[in-house]
Amino acid sequence: MSSTFDTVAGIIAETCDIPREKITPESHAIDDLGIDSLDFLDIAFAIDKAFGIKVPLEQWTQEVNDGKATTEQYFVLMNLCSRIDDLVAAKA
Amino acid sequence: MRIESFLLIDRIAEIDLSAKTIRAEATIPTQSTIFDGHFPGFPLMPGVLLIESMAQTSGWLVIAATQFTRMPFFAAVNEAKLRSFVLPGASLALSAKLVHEGSGYAVTSAEIRAQGKLICSAELRFRLMPFPSPEFRASMEKVAAEIAFPVEAAPHG
Repeated sequence: MSSTFDTVAGIIAETCDIPREKITPESHAIDDLGIDSLDFLDIAFAIDKAFGIKVPLEQWTQEVNDGKATTEQYFVLMNLCSRIDDLVAAKA
Repeated sequence: MRIESFLLIDRIAEIDLSAKTIRAEATIPTQSTIFDGHFPGFPLMPGVLLIESMAQTSGWLVIAATQFTRMPFFAAVNEAKLRSFVLPGASLALSAKLVHEGSGYAVTSAEIRAQGKLICSAELRFRLMPFPSPEFRASMEKVAAEIAFPVEAAPHG
């Protein structure tokens, strides 16, 4: 998870010009880091490329909109990284 | 090309879904009110419209790749380069490649050539969303037919 977090934090820092030290596993991408949906597309593209996966943004957004999930489940970075690890494992 | 209607592609020449590429053609009109201001006495096709024409070319590729289930909305343009002036009457060869189809977004690289010469290029990003209404989708299907969207990539059902 730590290497996943390091990669994701690096992507966010570079994509959104956020100081790396402000990005922690507990950071909420939207509420704490202020990442908007357009920037998140860039982040998703970089994550997809870096890990060879397809982050299911449409499904996650639908679940949040339907009240079946909270944004914390997908956009707090430790949770995001855990889901990335699951997607990588499922691909293997 | 019907600039005033914002229809910037005349014809789709080919969509290759295995290669994830599209080729399209367009001719800049010789007369348009656009040229009244851009520029008086020196008419040039505006660069933003060249970028939009690359976006429309890419958009049809995305629509084909998603089998008419998603509408691509232009979201970002990176590394746009406008290399040459484009004059009224010019014939354009537009092409795009689907670089990545993500969940809810797509990335393309696109370019335009005139007489074989590269005149502009960019990387484009799109949000992909369900068509907002059946009427919207029907209007896109109508445009698709007008620009020779290939039958094998047309919507089913």
